[in-house]
Parts: sequence; structure tokens; C-alpha cells
Amino acid sequence: MFLRMIRGAFARQWKKMLIIALTIMLGTSLATAMINVMLDVGDKVNQELKTYGANITVLPKSASVMSDLYEVEGSSDDTGSYLLESEIGNIKTIFWAFNIVDFAPFIDTNVTTDGGSETRLVGTWFNHHLDLPTGESLDAGVNSLRSWWDVDNGSWIDEQALEEDERAAMVGAVLAKREGISVGDTIHVKGAEGETELKVQGIFDSGGDEDEQIFAPLDLVQELSGKDGYISSIEVSALTTPDNELAEKAAKDPGSLTIAQYELWYCTAYVSSICYQIQEAITDSVAAPVRQVAESEGAIMDKTELLMVLITILSLIGSALGITNLVTASVMERSNEIGLFKAVGARDGAISGLFLTEILLTGLVGAVAGYFLGFGFAQIIGHTVFSSSIEMKPFVIPIVAILMLAVTLAGSIPAIRMLLRLDPAEVLHGR
Amino acid sequence: MSLLELRGISKIYGDLKALDNINLSVENGEWTAIMGPSGSGKSTMMNIIGCMDKPTMGEVLLDGVDIAKESAKNLTAIRRDKIGLIFQQFHLVNYLTAVENVMVAQYYHSLPDEKEALEALARVGLADRAKHLPSQLSGGEQQRVCIARALINHPEIILADEPTGNLDEANENIVLDLFRQLHEEHTTLIVVTHDPEVAEVAQRTITLEHGRIKSDEINKMFGRN
Repeated sequence: MFLRMIRGAFARQWKKMLIIALTIMLGTSLATAMINVMLDVGDKVNQELKTYGANITVLPKSASVMSDLYEVEGSSDDTGSYLLESEIGNIKTIFWAFNIVDFAPFIDTNVTTDGGSETRLVGTWFNHHLDLPTGESLDAGVNSLRSWWDVDNGSWIDEQALEEDERAAMVGAVLAKREGISVGDTIHVKGAEGETELKVQGIFDSGGDEDEQIFAPLDLVQELSGKDGYISSIEVSALTTPDNELAEKAAKDPGSLTIAQYELWYCTAYVSSICYQIQEAITDSVAAPVRQVAESEGAIMDKTELLMVLITILSLIGSALGITNLVTASVMERSNEIGLFKAVGARDGAISGLFLTEILLTGLVGAVAGYFLGFGFAQIIGHTVFSSSIEMKPFVIPIVAILMLAVTLAGSIPAIRMLLRLDPAEVLHGR
Repeated sequence: MSLLELRGISKIYGDLKALDNINLSVENGEWTAIMGPSGSGKSTMMNIIGCMDKPTMGEVLLDGVDIAKESAKNLTAIRRDKIGLIFQQFHLVNYLTAVENVMVAQYYHSLPDEKEALEALARVGLADRAKHLPSQLSGGEQQRVCIARALINHPEIILADEPTGNLDEANENIVLDLFRQLHEEHTTLIVVTHDPEVAEVAQRTITLEHGRIKSDEINKMFGRN
């Protein structure tokens, strides 16, 4: 009989049920889309933020101590301490190797140009080809790590296209203007351990201190500074997970973690755990997050997630209000029927159960349709905002199901209260 | 002991006394008509006897139990077990067939039994209309479904509120014939009406005016028409 009543109710008022299902469908679709995007947005935003440069700097231990003490950039010249160039590839052998997007080593030395002015010559990789001990190979360097550099005059140095004895350089825009240097010019520089001619292949505008510097291939600068095989720092761009309490605790002292916490931290792509693993891979090194970038990433992530949580909450509230209105209207329309059920002796629980079953079945249909619609919304958001698809995580299904169940029940509460208060004498033949 | 006894019943809404010190006894198997103009207190009395309302003062003894003191939950149970209701507006569930409308009362009482529901419909002459929706039935047929629903759980009292108010003469006669049958089977009937023709076929007629009993008469013609 119960099923007959449910079936009859659906057959009779399918239009109203359809509107309730549509309301729930919209709420579910937004919740599904937002939760999936929110869970996937970390990687997506991280990838976007990688275009803003490195988020980890690796320094020799002693240089790092100087940096910490005096809050200045550590300089290898001051300490006489270096990292080994031969160990750079180890970065791609750590546990989170796949999260290392790019990296570039640096060494610098002061040189004197033809004009007599002293300037800094920075040696680095531009698009260096690297064969790893794992058998993999990759190209790394500042061409992609500093993608925001504006190289209007000339071009980036293509290390792989350089002749063996070709000595190319890129000059910062401020220095080039001051010294009257143009693309194609040859500049003569004199360092501590020798001098050489550099052919200007490009003039860049970085918007920072680099605009007063000259950048050249790493081996050339190592030769001029007499530091063959050594580097003074490495900049690393890595995909990271926003820090939480565990990451902050580990960043201060990994030794303070329990074994379980340590494993969780080590196996999560926190910037601190990646730094820790880089330190393990590079002898006598200290890897530290670039605070501004890491904090910006965290702040953007937090704000993006907050926005999505708010949209989800608002959509759920909207659904609940919609359900409240529709179900209340339905109860009012069916007050005679409810009054009759009460008059023939139906318990409050039985009538509430009948209505809730109708609403929940309608909600189920709406929620299933909404989940698939949300899948579509998520893909639209993914392709429009991040130019890639959003991965649909199966565990979102129970989360959305619980949320929609809660919203449907919460939305039905006013109607059920009204139903329970309904006086059969009043609706059936007036008091 | 009377099946139903009202002792000093009053129902007051603000300044209005809908019922004013009503004393009344109804015996088992009695067919009673309650008459009176609009606002005389008929519906209020009907609601109190039907356990859908409580008096402001007085006692309502049904089978010796004072239902005026019962909780809402117990009143629901009493309504379910002891009272059958017939309405002027029929109040059938419009998405259920005739037999399903009868089964609704069974469902909330105990267990629905389609065979028994069909027998109840046959008793009111609607065996061939069992699978029809209310919208496919005439007013008289709908009222007969309503009567079948009221009878299905074998209540101690049938309360009918203006049962012929929406019917033509032919259907009115059918309904009154059904009441006669029920009376012959010793069913207690309380019929609220303002139609003298309906009242005069009853065994006893009580007339209300301004919430008070104006007259309480035994119908001398009872059983002759």
C-alpha cells in the first residue's frame, strides 16, 4: 500500500516533483563541480604558479648559515663553499622527482667590462640537456624557469645549438643601455681567473636586479672564476601541496615527528618535505622554500578554495530554500489528504515517512542527474580556467550524497513541522 | 452503560461558546441525527466525538473512557480503532483508486487487505467501480467509497458530517438505504445534518441552537418509511 501511495503521488504531481528534482539537481551539480575542482585545483593552480619561477633555493650549508644570520643572499665568494655540479641530476631522483618541474644551477663572479665598470657575470643553464642516472633525460634551465623575462632584443640562448667554441651571453636591459650594448655585439669581460669575449645573443628585461647582470652558460663562468665543476646555488621549481600544521611542524624539526607523521609528511609533496629530500640528495646543501613564492601560492590556494567552499555552501543553502518552498507548497496543497490520513488514524511518523520518502526519492533522482551535470560543469571550469580536464574523484560521490541528503532533510523540516501541526478537524470540515 | 456519553461539555473560542454545557448519551446501535442551523455547534460536537478536538470543559466518555483527557497520540489510536468518519466533501485521495482509498484506512489501522476492501465496496454497490479513480466516479459513488472506507475497520461509531449535502435525491436515497442497513446490523450512527428529510429517517433527532441542545426527540415515524 505504501508503494501504491508513493507511486500514485508521483503520478499525480510529477510536475512538482520534477521541479523539486531540478532544484536538487542544480544544488548537487554545483556542489559536485566545486568539490571536484577544489580537490583538483591545488595541482592546477600550482602549475599556473610555476610560471612565476622557482619556489625552492638550494645553497651550500655555509652560505645558508650566512644568509640566515645576516638576512642577505648567500654568496659563495664570501664563504668559499660550493655545491657539486655533478650532483644536480640527483634532484630528479628524490621521492617527489615527478613534482620537480624545472631547475637551474647558478654560479657568479664579478667581471670588468670594456667600459671599465664592474658587473656580475652569472653562469647558469639555459636549456641544458641532462642525462640522469635513472636512464631518463631532460632539458632544464632558465629559459623555462624564468619564462617571465622579456627578451625583445635577440633571443634566449639555445645551449644545444651553440658551437663548441661559441661563447654566447645575455645582457640585462639596464646594463645594456648604460654600456650601449646591442644584440650581436661582442663584449670583453675580465674575471679573477681569466678573460674572454662574449657574443651578445639577447637582451632581457627581468624587472629585477638581474637587469644589471650578464648571464652566460655555466661552464664558461666556472672557467672564468676558476671553479670548474662547482656551483653556488640551484633554483628549483616544484609542484607542492599547501602547508598544514604537520608540514609546519616538520619544517621546524623533522626529528620531532612520530614515525607515522614522518611517513605521512615525507610521502606528501609539502615544500618542506621536498626540500628535505633535496638536502638528502645534494651533499652539504640546504634547501629552503622561497618564502614569498611559497606564501603567495598558499594564499592564492587558500582564497581559491575558500571561494569554492562559499559557492558550494551558497548553492546548498539555495537548494535547501528551494526545497523548503516547494515541499511546503506541496504540503499546503495536500493538506486535505494529510488531514484525512490523520482522521483515519495515521500516526505522525507514518505521514512524515510517506512525505520524506517521496522527497528523498525525488532527491535521489535529482542528485544522480546533478552529479553527472556537475561532472560536465567541472570539465567546463577545468577547460575554461586551467585548459585541462578535472579528474572526477570517486570519494566525492559519498560526500555529495551526504550533503544532498542533509540539505534535502533540512529543507523538508519546515514542511514536516507544518504537516505535524496540521489539525485534521480544521482542514476536513472546519472548526 | 451508554456507548457515548457527553457530560457538561463546553467548547469556548475566545468570547464564543461553540458548545455550552451539552449533556448527551448515545446507546450502542442507536441512529442519531444532530440538526441545527450553521453556527449551532454541530461540527464542533462532531469533532469532539470524533476525537479530532477536545472540549474546554466536561467529559466525553467513549466506552467508559474519558477521551477529553487523552493525549493526542491516544486520540489518534481511538480514532483509528473505534470511529469511522464520513464527510460531506468525501475527502478521497484523488491519485488512488476506489479500492485503494478504502485500503488507506486499513493500512493505517493494521494491514491492507484488498479482498476485504473489495467486499466493502461490493456492500455499497461499487464492486464494478473498484479500480476507478475518484475523478471517474459520480458524487454518490464517491460518497459510497467514503462509507466503505469508514466501515472497513469495523468501528464502534460511524460519524457522518452532512453525508448527503453534496448529493442529488437519487444518491441521497442510496446513502440513506445504506445507513438503514448499517443500523439493522446494530452499527451506531451519528449523522450531522441540516436536512430535515435526512434527520427524520434517524431513530432520534437532537437539535442544537447557539451551542445548546434545543430538543432531543425520538422519531415516531422511525422504521416506517
